[in-house]
Amino acid sequence: MNPRLTVVTAGRVLRQVLRDRRTLALMLVVPVVLMCLLAWIYADGPLFERVGPTLLTVFPFVIMFVVTSVATLRERTSGTLERLLTTPMGKGDLVLGYALAFGLLAVVQGIVVTSISGWLLGLDTEASAVWLVLVVVASGVLGTSLGLLASAFAATEFQAVQLMPATVLPQFLLCGLLVPRDQLPRALELLSDVLPLSHVVDAATAVAQQVQPRGDLATPMLVIAGWIVVALVLGSLTLRRRTP
Amino acid sequence: MTQDAIEIDGLRVTRRGRLVLPGLDLRVPTGQVVGLLGPSGGGKSTVMRAVVGVQEVEGGRVEVLGLPAGHPDLRHRVGYVTQAPSVYGDLTVAENVSHFARLLGVRDPGAAAREAVERVDLTSHAQSRTDALSGGQRGRASLAAALVGAPELLVLDEPTVGLDPVLRRDLWGLFRQLADDGVTLLISSHVMDEASRCDRLVLLREGEVLADDTPAHLLQRTGAADAEGAFLALVDEAAA
Ligand SMILES: Nc1ncnc2c1ncn2[C@@H]1O[C@H](COP(=O)(O)OP(=O)(O)OP(=O)(O)O)[C@@H](O)[C@H]1O
Ligand SMILES: [Mg+2]
Repeated sequence: MNPRLTVVTAGRVLRQVLRDRRTLALMLVVPVVLMCLLAWIYADGPLFERVGPTLLTVFPFVIMFVVTSVATLRERTSGTLERLLTTPMGKGDLVLGYALAFGLLAVVQGIVVTSISGWLLGLDTEASAVWLVLVVVASGVLGTSLGLLASAFAATEFQAVQLMPATVLPQFLLCGLLVPRDQLPRALELLSDVLPLSHVVDAATAVAQQVQPRGDLATPMLVIAGWIVVALVLGSLTLRRRTP
Repeated sequence: MTQDAIEIDGLRVTRRGRLVLPGLDLRVPTGQVVGLLGPSGGGKSTVMRAVVGVQEVEGGRVEVLGLPAGHPDLRHRVGYVTQAPSVYGDLTVAENVSHFARLLGVRDPGAAAREAVERVDLTSHAQSRTDALSGGQRGRASLAAALVGAPELLVLDEPTVGLDPVLRRDLWGLFRQLADDGVTLLISSHVMDEASRCDRLVLLREGEVLADDTPAHLLQRTGAADAEGAFLALVDEAAA
């Protein structure tokens, strides 16, 4: 592992993404539009206050998952991956470089989307907005890490997109948004306990409902951090220098 | 310099259940230009992938510059150009080449990239995105990215495909110049008139070496007028 190569990779990936207007729009504009829609749907009710913070954190997870998995897949299909792996670049350097680049983008995304939802749409949480930004960013970085891992199980960009509904939608059903997790059938509750998105929702709920969320935030944030680390380690272990 | 830059003994490779190289022996002498020729699907790219250490192999020994293929110390001493150009389409030629210079830890990546781009005669397109280039131009951008770290061994998979005669002549001039400076080059090609520019020719068919000789010897042995004729004679001889 070589931090210099990680930074060089992150710089190159950022340069590529910043040049791609569609990806930028998907990361920064789409979540804002979705939040506007949500606010409109729930115009006259208290529901926006209830589901708003949760969905605000779920959107970046899904979007960063797709963007990252397709970007890393492109590296594989363009032949540049084979070439990179004949240079001094380590597998960990490459995965961390991608994580760093998309992690930075997730921070920008978190700040932009949370600020606009607060100012423009009046989305309000009991805890201060800083906590909400923290959870949104964590959710985006989690999506990035899992996207990096998922791309190891796809051979084409099309397959990478197929992975999204297969892995993200079940988590969405079980994350506590439709039915609170403690009211799920026991087996599903246990399953939802290990799925990463459940903890994103737990964290968002803590921020939405508590002035001092620190206590209830600790566990979900630790689980999210754990998933990020596990996904990045597995992501670099599943990368093969020698292929058939 | 008596040591060979590449030594392959009994290399055995199976790809997707298909035995591609049953047991290949090959030597590439240091400082020479060695052409790897043969029919499509004969295993040229597979041999090259084994040399740069990205091919899963079943058995045999591949030694490169005195180290096992794929050894970490080789990664800044060996340059590799894949058969399909592998550059980032959304980056310019200069950005692509300087990125590889940075990965190799070259001191002044910008200057090194300019020099490599100049060598493949692409300076006029240095600021173009590579997805806006012609196939031959993209191939040369890919080649520049392999030249940039001043490697001791260059493994080039069909570097002149899709190029006009003038450019092909210029690139072979460049390859010769590199060899004169002590660089070893293993170059695969389909274009037979390029064969005469190599120091040695290796003819590969269905994973077997049909011939490994100097171009002059090859013509003499087969009595053919040119490399293409020699090639066809040897393929027919092997098939008979
Ligand atoms: N990506 C791949 N996956 C699985 N098997 C492959 C792959 N590429 C090639 N092969 C197999 O390996 C054999 C040798 O292919 P290789 O690419 O080494 O040939 P080549 O001599 O480079 O051909 P060409 O001149 O067409 O580039 C092929 O016949 C094919 O069966
Ligand atoms: Mg080939």
